[in-house]
Amino acid sequence: MRPTAFKLSLVVSAIALLGACSSQPPAPEQNPVGVVDGSKTGVGGSTTSPTTVAPVTATGIDPTSLAALKDPKSAVFNRSIFFDYDQYTIKDEFKPLVDAHAKLLAKNPGIKMMIQGNADERGSREYNLALGQKRADAVKKALMLLGGQEAQIESVSLGEEKPRCTDQTESCWAQNRRGDMLYSGEF
Amino acid sequence: MHLSYNFSMKFSLMLVAALLLAPLAGRAQLAIEITGAGANRIPIAITDFNGEAGVSRALTSVVRADLERSGLFRLIEPTGLPGGETAAPNAEAKARGADALAGGTVATAPDGRYETRFRLYDTQKQAQLGGQAYGHASAQIRATAHRISDYIYEKLTGERGIFSTRIAYVVKSAGRYQLQIADTDGDNAQVALSSREPIISPTWSPDGNRLAYVSFEAKKPIIYVHDLGSGRRHVAANFKGSNSAPAWSPDGKRLAVVLTKDGGSQLYVVGADGSGVTRLASSSAIDTEPQFSPDGQWIYFTSDRGGSPQIYRISVNGGDAQRVTFDGSYNVTPRPAPDGKNLAYISRNGGRFQLTIMDLATRQTQVLTDSAKDESPSFAPNSRMILYATEIGGRGVLAAVSADGRVKQKLSVPAADIREPSWSPYVK
Repeated sequence: MRPTAFKLSLVVSAIALLGACSSQPPAPEQNPVGVVDGSKTGVGGSTTSPTTVAPVTATGIDPTSLAALKDPKSAVFNRSIFFDYDQYTIKDEFKPLVDAHAKLLAKNPGIKMMIQGNADERGSREYNLALGQKRADAVKKALMLLGGQEAQIESVSLGEEKPRCTDQTESCWAQNRRGDMLYSGEF
Repeated sequence: MHLSYNFSMKFSLMLVAALLLAPLAGRAQLAIEITGAGANRIPIAITDFNGEAGVSRALTSVVRADLERSGLFRLIEPTGLPGGETAAPNAEAKARGADALAGGTVATAPDGRYETRFRLYDTQKQAQLGGQAYGHASAQIRATAHRISDYIYEKLTGERGIFSTRIAYVVKSAGRYQLQIADTDGDNAQVALSSREPIISPTWSPDGNRLAYVSFEAKKPIIYVHDLGSGRRHVAANFKGSNSAPAWSPDGKRLAVVLTKDGGSQLYVVGADGSGVTRLASSSAIDTEPQFSPDGQWIYFTSDRGGSPQIYRISVNGGDAQRVTFDGSYNVTPRPAPDGKNLAYISRNGGRFQLTIMDLATRQTQVLTDSAKDESPSFAPNSRMILYATEIGGRGVLAAVSADGRVKQKLSVPAADIREPSWSPYVK
């Protein structure tokens, strides 16, 4: 009974994902993460003379940047920015971290980032989702001021749903008032 | 048509002892405990139906449990009273204090189906109040019992019963999330969706066939519409950023939603099929938790535009937002009653988050609970009861309270967190 229900839910998920692609009205903001679109820079263009070739540079990702993300000694190893209660401003101590990630984004236009905002558990789930969104948006705004591009960054909220710490103490809640910067393949 | 009962305070006993109505037979079965009852409970005797013993005892025991759980009835011991559909109201039932008496029969038809008949009597006036007959399969015994309870409840209270409706809720257990549907007595629980990622804000379509909810299975909040009968679902909103807080329009064609695609959490309306998206309001603050008024003319929502989260409403045609709550610094999750008279919401009082009700005509408010972590209220379709999530001993449970604060119930699942309840509309 249980495995069957699980399989069914997988099938249902697959159907839902297909539905997500086909039934959603065309929305420019729904770029699939990680796909580089070459058509806008000339591939397949019919107005191009056959004697000239339009050069396209794949917006790949610098391998040293990817290595840095996994290196505990690098400036971009840390991904989390913590916030005060009911606050969305990025504290000074986190500005070097934001700056380092903004530089990585600027150097790698092909890399995508998802910022997940979080909130502590107190109060309404949906209101906390909106609070987490404010934090993710604050991180996104700071990254864009420092060189990140709109098309690279998506800010979303997990609200109070994915707590890092589940004790009901202030030190625990502080860990959950957080924005996490995740790159393609990490979310 | 209705009995005029002459109640005295002798019926106003609170049910202090926990009365466990749904035995913990099945796994993850919802157990319901009555923790408070109405002041004026109608004394009624439900005799065992003739032929029931050969079929299932579930029938009359379900009817009795339904009526008891409502907090509006006091059950009189039926043993020894003449049973059956044709049982005339008798002196013995009256002597035991029963103002009403119901009896019936269950018979097996040649095709194996059952025919259940019952009649309801007024013992004071020695008069018949009505009766019903149902043809049903053996698997529908409980459903038939709930229909009998609905009939008795409506005849004796004058308002429609909700025993045939259902509830949806999310169970979190061992890192898994299940969206479940159960009868209002906690029985017949079924899993509609199982996921490793959170599911929040389930809400019933007005036809009772679909649920809209927010699922994090794609690592961000996306709104789905899920057809319960077929298990098919589709994405109703998956824009860049977060998609949350779905609320059905009364005609079931549209959803009010919260999107962040244009920056900040803002109110939009989309077709329930995911088509078309229009902005409902614009602010530089958090706007969330939209809910249509039952007449479809207003959207109630939560906003921190005034510096703290408060409840506002705006015409569906736009215009200025009107502030609805003024007391305190945290009033969220507005839920207009289906009859349009009251608004349920969560208010923070001295650090405690409590279910509160406002009379929309007089703006009088009343805190309905003494708990500290209430969330996600949902009205029964008859507007009498409010189902909500709260916490007891660090574990999520559901509770229900009548709009007057008197009748109280607790619903829990052993060893699991249960949250995000939504009460279905009437079943057609």
